[in-house]
Amino acid sequence: MCTRTSLIVIVSVIGGLSLNAANAANAANAGRVAPVTGKQLAFDSAKGNCLSCHAMPTIPDAEAAGTVGPPLIAMQVRYPDKAQLRAEIWNAMVSNPDTVMPPFGKNKILTEQEIDKITDFVYGL
Amino acid sequence: MGGRGLQWMTTLQILVSLGIGLASTAGFATPVQDRQNLLDYFAGKFPAIPPGNYVYGSLAFDPDSMAQYKSIMDFPPFGSVIDQAQQMWNTPFKNGKTYAGCFPDGGKNVAGNYPYFDVRSNKVVTFEMALNACRTANGEPAYAYGDPATLGKLTAYARTLSDGMLMNVKVDGAAAEAAFNAGKRLFYARRGQLGFSCASCHVMEAGARYRSEILSPVLGQATHWPVFRGGGDTPVTLQARFAGCDKMLRAQPFALGSTEYNDLEYFYSYISNGLPLKASVFRK
Ligand code: HEC
Ligand code: HEC
Repeated sequence: MCTRTSLIVIVSVIGGLSLNAANAANAANAGRVAPVTGKQLAFDSAKGNCLSCHAMPTIPDAEAAGTVGPPLIAMQVRYPDKAQLRAEIWNAMVSNPDTVMPPFGKNKILTEQEIDKITDFVYGL
Repeated sequence: MGGRGLQWMTTLQILVSLGIGLASTAGFATPVQDRQNLLDYFAGKFPAIPPGNYVYGSLAFDPDSMAQYKSIMDFPPFGSVIDQAQQMWNTPFKNGKTYAGCFPDGGKNVAGNYPYFDVRSNKVVTFEMALNACRTANGEPAYAYGDPATLGKLTAYARTLSDGMLMNVKVDGAAAEAAFNAGKRLFYARRGQLGFSCASCHVMEAGARYRSEILSPVLGQATHWPVFRGGGDTPVTLQARFAGCDKMLRAQPFALGSTEYNDLEYFYSYISNGLPLKASVFRK
């Protein structure tokens, strides 16, 4: 648990650093920053693109969200077991073969590390 | 919002009980049943929307967008493109003949009969193919099928001659039905990296918002092409839109004019039977 937390801290520190670096490098052309954090990965339209289908009512800048999937809120109550939340993101077709939610892990839309980060982020919603 | 999951389950149950949307049941129904199933499904899902309004696509779900659409259509920004297209239509070929001469009634009220299944070539023939056939029959080279500047533009006028006609596509005989079923299979197949089918968005989730866009129901989607998007003046044909959505699925789009898309257009057009055509409209 302890190592897990410090890992997250380290990851987010590194994430923050590389973000700053990217910001500096891109200052001139003000391009979009490469997604690094779980939130950025979830928001990015070329990565998770979760907002296209899910509202995130507790996140103020989660704007113009879709209504295809249920709002992501109180996730720890709905998924006491975080591994199950991760499994849902990895392949939602296991719990519902007819779901329209893309199987992010199974179809390699996201890497395992990216799914870990998004799971951490969504778990906190 | 909290009821969304429930609402969603109900949608699925309706789909299952109607036997549509599932690859395992594809192929058993006849085209007549397929169309009726979709009509019933959408009538149940959207009791407040009269079937005639499906031609408006997502606009039928949003009064603000509909008002904006109506005011844009009063004076369309792409009007000059239609004028140029009309000139293309009216300009005689080198042999002195015209496009109008290739169609009954000078090309009025014909587009709703397309695509049709041609038993001799064993292929689906789209309206654009018929326009090209008219050119080659009169000694002119065919236009590139997906080219918005030539065939796309010509279509943007030629189809308006059928505004108001009711879609009237026929699927008669085993070979025609096979082409229809190929289109239907493509519509319901999960494809691309994201694993969507066309039906995921335009049947199951029709009416929901994908990002800020309301997903239009498949019924009525074939009636109003080409469209002009966002005030631009490039005509977008139905098949170009197929390709656009295929890219959204992260699937490799088929070539415009391919057997795959022609069959899909055949399926699409048949299920819109009975709905009024209106070409060259504005879309977001
Ligand atoms: C194209 C639509 C779509 C996209 C994109 C999408 N989802 Fe979903 N998601 C759904 C739908 C629909 C459901 C409803 C459950 C089902 O279909 O089985 C769902 C369900 C879920 C659930 C279960 C919620 C619950 O209450 O049980 C989680 C968690 C979830 N999605 C997370 C995500 C995350 C994280 C992403 C992005 C990485 C994402 N989704 C992207 C459509 C989508
Ligand atoms: C992930 C969601 C999604 C999937 C999957 C999808 N589409 Fe779309 N489609 C959209 C959105 C969003 C629009 C624009 C809003 C609207 O008109 O529905 C659209 C629009 C369309 C339109 C134009 C409707 C109009 O009146 O302007 C057609 C035709 C269409 N899609 C066909 C298809 C076909 C064919 C497939 C499968 C190859 C497909 N779509 C798959 C999201 C999707």
